[in-house]
Amino acid sequence: MDVTSEMVANVWKIVVEPGTRVEEGETLMILESMKMEIPVTAPAAGTIVELPVDEGQVVQEGDALARLE
Amino acid sequence: MFRRVLVANRGEIARRVMRTCRRLDIHTIAIFSDADAGAAHVAEADEAVRVGGAPPADSYLNIRAVISAALESGAEAVHPGYGFLAENSDFARAVTDAGLTWIGPDPETIDLMGDKINARNFMHGVGVPVAPGTPSPLRDADAVARAAGDLGFPLMVKASGGGGGIGMGIANDDEELARVFATTQSRAERFFGSGDILLERLIRPARHVEVQILGRVDGTVVALGDRDCSVQRRHQKVLEESPSPGITDRLRERMFAAAVAAGEAVRYKGAGTIECLVDPEAQEFYFLEMNTRLQVEHPVTEMTTHVDLVEEQLRVASGEEASVSATPAPDGHAIEARVYAEDPQRFLPSPGEISVWEEPNGSGIRIDAAYRAGDTVTPFYDPLLAKVCVSAADRNAALDRLHSTLEDFKIVGPKTNIPFLIEALATPQFAQGRYDTGLVDLLR
Repeated sequence: MDVTSEMVANVWKIVVEPGTRVEEGETLMILESMKMEIPVTAPAAGTIVELPVDEGQVVQEGDALARLE
Repeated sequence: MFRRVLVANRGEIARRVMRTCRRLDIHTIAIFSDADAGAAHVAEADEAVRVGGAPPADSYLNIRAVISAALESGAEAVHPGYGFLAENSDFARAVTDAGLTWIGPDPETIDLMGDKINARNFMHGVGVPVAPGTPSPLRDADAVARAAGDLGFPLMVKASGGGGGIGMGIANDDEELARVFATTQSRAERFFGSGDILLERLIRPARHVEVQILGRVDGTVVALGDRDCSVQRRHQKVLEESPSPGITDRLRERMFAAAVAAGEAVRYKGAGTIECLVDPEAQEFYFLEMNTRLQVEHPVTEMTTHVDLVEEQLRVASGEEASVSATPAPDGHAIEARVYAEDPQRFLPSPGEISVWEEPNGSGIRIDAAYRAGDTVTPFYDPLLAKVCVSAADRNAALDRLHSTLEDFKIVGPKTNIPFLIEALATPQFAQGRYDTGLVDLLR
């Protein structure tokens, strides 16, 4: 399952890595847009299999941020 | 008066400062980041200098780049606007050290007021009321818990170096206090470079009422009216009006006198604002903080006093005396609505390209806009799209005018909070002027 960005934003901090097991609602990364921090949380429990973004990268609305299995 | 002024800012405030400069025949120099090369403030300036990449740290917060821009463009003075470097005393000193004039108060005043604990203690010392709170910085959980025992709950936990609504939280009991202290301190370290914390008794319900002051060349200070900024989301203002409908004339007089005394005690120069919390039942006020710069919501003061605050800033900084020496009686009523690029339900940022931008116009309407049709709102800067300001003979007429002006403002592209602003205006609390800082929480 892909977790996507709800808005154009800058990836400020990634707090998980591939292989991390997460619970539903757990914070995966923090985006920053227009002077606001926006936490991205896991929509369901699972394991992070891929993180296609890096810290400091600008993402567009709909871009994949993490893949969860 | 100056002949060449560099405006060290972007967006609506850069445009607004340059408007007054143009009227006074001052040559304007803009600065811009890579994200703003095609921005309105750049197009409108007489000349513009690139200062760096899109992230603010590389450009608008880059002191060295801004100073070189000022020197290479032959500026005589620097206007900082608000935000970015406006309350950075290192920048103010760098401007002066470069042989240029800083359009603002002395760096020492910026430092004193930039530290919430020192500012509170100073104000208390000159007789301005402050809410019960801690007189020295708290750095660990034990000290915080002990101080809370003395003060009692509920408490406001604040970063001493904080500002702009960032770096504070409310605690209702010991457990919540431990949590809020930890998050406030870590954010304070990240954003403000200092983890110093203060506790203050929470005033609730409260209105946020502030006094505009102007420090003159001769050392006297004039109060130029009050603004009620109680409608806030995430501690950031959305609707502001002048005069405040929530204070009696007697309280207004006391607040003006305190603001003038405070301003004169710090030998304030130029435009500044004393922010206070007002207990609406008791009609008592408490000093909150002083902003040593032009305020976002300054247009409501300009509309009710007919004083151009930017012109006064330029006059005082250049050594010409201010044109006002006494508090003007307010002419009618003015309200400002901040239009943000954010969804009107959750207030989440919504950058994007603007395909349609049609500003309403008419008598008693002033739009201070950051963007035009065809511009792109990027995620790098704050979400303010425009300030919709109206004035009318009385508050009810101003309310009607603001409502219709907001309905007539057409923006297509980013989502905007206009539907929320209209909803907030229509609440019985706002309509009757009987609202406090809890209004937005009642609606969302």
